[in-house]
Amino acid sequence: MSHGPSASGGALVAAPLHGAHHDEPHVPVFTDAARAELDMILSRYPSKQAALLPALWLVQDARGWVSDASMAEVADALGITPAYVKGVTTFYTMYHQHPVGRHFIQVCTTTPCNVCGAEDVVTSLLEHSGCGDLGLTSADGRFTVIEVECLGACGFPTPIMINNDFVESVTPESVPRILSELK
Amino acid sequence: MADAGVNVKTVNLTIEGRPVTVPDGTSILEAAKMAGVLIPHYCYHPGLPVAGVCRMCLVEVEKFPKLAPSCATSVGEGQVVHVHSPKALEARKGVLEFLLINHPLDCPICDQAGECELQDYTFAEGRADSRYREPKRFNPVEDFGGDVLYVQNRCILCTRCVRFMDDVAKDPVLNVSERGDRAFIGKAEGHDLTNPWAGNVVDLCPVGALLSKDFLNKARAWELDRAPSVCTGCSQGCNIVIDTRDNVAVRMRPRPNADVNQYYMCEVGRAGYREFNRRDRVEQPMVRNGHTLRIADWEDAITAAARALAGQRLMVLVSPNLSNETLFLVERLVAHANGQAAFRVDTGDEVALPGVPDLALRSERAANATAARQFGFAQLASAQLSLRDGDALLVVGEQLDGIDVADLDRASTIVHIGTTLPDVLAARANVVLPIANISEEEGTLTNLRGRVQRFLQAKAAPGLARPSWYVMADLLAAAGGEGQYFSPADVFDALSVTHAPFATLSYERLGLLGLPVLSPEIASAEVSG
Amino acid sequence: MGFPHPSHPRETPILSKYFGDAGARTLDGWRARGGYEALQQALATDPVDLQNVVKDSGLRGRGGAGFPTGLKWSFMKPDGKIHYMLCNADESEPGTFKDREIMRWTPHGLVEGVALAAHAIYAETAYIYIRGEFTEPYAHVTRAVEEAYAAGVLGANAMGSGKRVDVHVHRGAGAYICGEETALMNSLEGRRGNPRIKPPFPAVAGLFGKPTTINNVETLATVPYIIKHGAEWYKQFGRADNPKSIGTKLFSVCGNITRPGNYEVALGFPFKDFLYDLCGGPLPGREIKAVIPGGSSVPILTREEAENTIMDYEGMAAAGTLLGSGGVIVFDDKQDMVRQIARLVRFYAHESCAQCTQCREGTAWTLRIMERIRDGEGTAEDIDTLLSIADNMTGKTICVLSDSCATPVVSGLKKFRGEFEARIAANRSMVTVPGAFRATAA
Repeated sequence: MSHGPSASGGALVAAPLHGAHHDEPHVPVFTDAARAELDMILSRYPSKQAALLPALWLVQDARGWVSDASMAEVADALGITPAYVKGVTTFYTMYHQHPVGRHFIQVCTTTPCNVCGAEDVVTSLLEHSGCGDLGLTSADGRFTVIEVECLGACGFPTPIMINNDFVESVTPESVPRILSELK
Repeated sequence: MADAGVNVKTVNLTIEGRPVTVPDGTSILEAAKMAGVLIPHYCYHPGLPVAGVCRMCLVEVEKFPKLAPSCATSVGEGQVVHVHSPKALEARKGVLEFLLINHPLDCPICDQAGECELQDYTFAEGRADSRYREPKRFNPVEDFGGDVLYVQNRCILCTRCVRFMDDVAKDPVLNVSERGDRAFIGKAEGHDLTNPWAGNVVDLCPVGALLSKDFLNKARAWELDRAPSVCTGCSQGCNIVIDTRDNVAVRMRPRPNADVNQYYMCEVGRAGYREFNRRDRVEQPMVRNGHTLRIADWEDAITAAARALAGQRLMVLVSPNLSNETLFLVERLVAHANGQAAFRVDTGDEVALPGVPDLALRSERAANATAARQFGFAQLASAQLSLRDGDALLVVGEQLDGIDVADLDRASTIVHIGTTLPDVLAARANVVLPIANISEEEGTLTNLRGRVQRFLQAKAAPGLARPSWYVMADLLAAAGGEGQYFSPADVFDALSVTHAPFATLSYERLGLLGLPVLSPEIASAEVSG
Repeated sequence: MGFPHPSHPRETPILSKYFGDAGARTLDGWRARGGYEALQQALATDPVDLQNVVKDSGLRGRGGAGFPTGLKWSFMKPDGKIHYMLCNADESEPGTFKDREIMRWTPHGLVEGVALAAHAIYAETAYIYIRGEFTEPYAHVTRAVEEAYAAGVLGANAMGSGKRVDVHVHRGAGAYICGEETALMNSLEGRRGNPRIKPPFPAVAGLFGKPTTINNVETLATVPYIIKHGAEWYKQFGRADNPKSIGTKLFSVCGNITRPGNYEVALGFPFKDFLYDLCGGPLPGREIKAVIPGGSSVPILTREEAENTIMDYEGMAAAGTLLGSGGVIVFDDKQDMVRQIARLVRFYAHESCAQCTQCREGTAWTLRIMERIRDGEGTAEDIDTLLSIADNMTGKTICVLSDSCATPVVSGLKKFRGEFEARIAANRSMVTVPGAFRATAA
């Protein structure tokens, strides 16, 4: 067990790199600093498997999404099978299984925000981002917009997450300004 | 409770009005089995870790605030359990309705029909109608590799397949992917069900979601005849069922035996059914007349065979897949004629099923080499028969693959008792006697641990072919040997009299699960693992 | 992230006292505000005594279940086994946003509570499981833990006591179900977040199979105050005639209300005063129509019912609902209850882990019917079907997500049946038996 300060969610980078396309050859994630971080994470748990969620965060922070090849690399590092890693990865909403826009926008539309007009915020975001529809990436690669469930910010409707950052109290009117600040 | 020892604590409870006493720690579901009550279930399987997810096995236990999942609830002293109370029935009806809302109406085209637990329980306890008015989920069929096809639409997510691969095969190539009603059984790219034990997931699947590609659309369950038998793929001796349709073997499935194979068998064994259907069978006795083999009747052929073998040194080459009965009669003949017998065994890689003690696809790819050794037959290391010039050669069941033809030519006469006629013998055999294969007769086999197990007849032999023990008995008599045998049981009784380890045994005692007979040391001599 | 409002005079700010006070976030700042005295004291106290103080205080779990905290701790004995302390910071119940404030503004308060609890249950290792979306709270808590280690508050010799207390922060990845205690453990172990069958209970075999205690953020943040000021001090908060609900509670107020936000009041506060006085009542020109008082998994109240309810465990139960997580969701008269209940059902359908048949299929089926009614294609039989499905989904699964999905449907139909019926009556489509012309007709 570790004797030092600990955080097993991976470093929170400002924005994940626009990820590699499915076809590009896999470059290992766990080298140098990332490997050292993984080793430190491993020391916090009595089993290697427990480092799975943190390891997947490291992958997503480094590459922007979690590819099959990354899953295989994680499996190898933790002594578990790729099928097992895939079963876990696909369970959790926040791991992307394909590349997404540079600014991945999640909008809460669950009931407390819904009664405060969250769906109008979604409409405004889709309109001004050029995404066309939920889950699609805009042609310029800047944005992907999805609806998510309760973000735990119900008192500040409508909250959105842009990659790792919360922007709360968003209205349809404030959307254009917010988007214009995202390069 | 029998000789469980004084330290086993027991619990008394009542299930559906039946009092039952079981060891402490038993689940209510297993206790119900012991009381003769079936609690419908899907995800539970005695060979797998408990999951408790299908929720089909919910029962009413008096004084419990909620229905209890009987597969995951231990018995308690004095419990009163109701399996068919209105609440329990309603809960099961609810589960069945939920399972059927997205389940496709595939019965007419689904292989599982007729042996489907969803059909069975729905017919018994489900709704007569469906209240679902929405479009059903649709997903394409997926090839899982090996022999397994995954029809996602039909899957009820019982996870038996995942638990089998994880905990019994210890090869976690299957997972549950996604969440909620989007969930399905998945695998990783490039990692397929090529494990030799993976085919068991098809048997485990309660519905038609996991199917055998080999068996696909071949037969309907109700068209099949079933016979208990023993697999001859290797020396493990897995207990099996041979399914036949119109006298053609179409499938082999494992039969539960806690001491041999639990609930499983491997792909090598399963594929063995094809051998039973070979069309190139010898169907009539034949005797050589000049250059050609002519069809003869049995009596003449037996007489000719006995005459052909008389007066010379006798060498018998047997297949290690012949029954104990047949091999015993060969031993009698060899003793009578002062000859020798030998056998060859193919070998392959051993692949264990790690989650079950002492279960593997054995490297020795024959079912009865143990008996052959027991009877003193020599195991040939190579294709050399070591015949001396002028020997009489009796071939019983051997296909002679790879045999040195020059070796064969040393024999002065050759009598062939077999299911097919190998090419090398077409020109050389003096007498050919057709026999049944292992699916067409009855007998016993001895596995690598010395366990003797019965196999029953699954289909009729073609033409005039006779059981192998029958032919050997006639040949023995014609050669002047002792004994009259009218049934395989008669042969077995004679075997049990002359061979000490088999003493006191009989077909009744062996039943359909067999008995350990030979000591493991004797049995495992020259067998690896 | 949004800024908290100043305390209302009728609030009782104990946990929320430093919400908005950035100085409280640092170790020194926390100490200056009286922090870590309780932990110092506790580390020198026998765990059984700590357990008894908390038992005596009447503190109940603030995550939603309301289980007596001291009693839960007392299940942990000095058995020589490895024990684990878990902090459930997976706050995902719709309408609830209090734990994030505790973590953002008083992260050291949480660290102190976690460490104290770990010691009280004979554990040397604690994990704080924070939902993946809570990036800012995660950053604050992580920094607080680092500061605590650097100052020797945590580690092999916590605060010089000779006792080891290790705290690790673990980040979730987007799954409401991981707020269920056994699902959280599975997730921590690197598995799918599937709830486990109980028994065995966490106190017997929990994280990594070891005896484990798990508590909510708010519960743990409260503990140092109880240890510092004593059980008697805590007992002063609550209804005089109801000793079962003691202390203060953070209520997260959201929806159609003038002043959304977190409010900390003593249990036993009248709900009517709370809604109109503290929270400012409905928006101008509107009326409150419905209130869900404890997070989306508890029954819906009509305005009249809410106005006559007392805000504690027993008061809410008497009103036919539950205190739950204290997430107060307000619906005004402009809201379409059918639409909003459908949206709640969509939440549960999205979050179902897929283990149990009733939940996996039932949440999705309920959603499809609700959306069909919402979109004007409902029929009268749909109401009966919904109620039947809800009954089949209740009391039959490994965890209560299934029941939680059924709750808004059942209470919605009970209290707002008229809206459903009106929607159904407005069905002008020619199809009287939906699905009759699709391939799936029964």
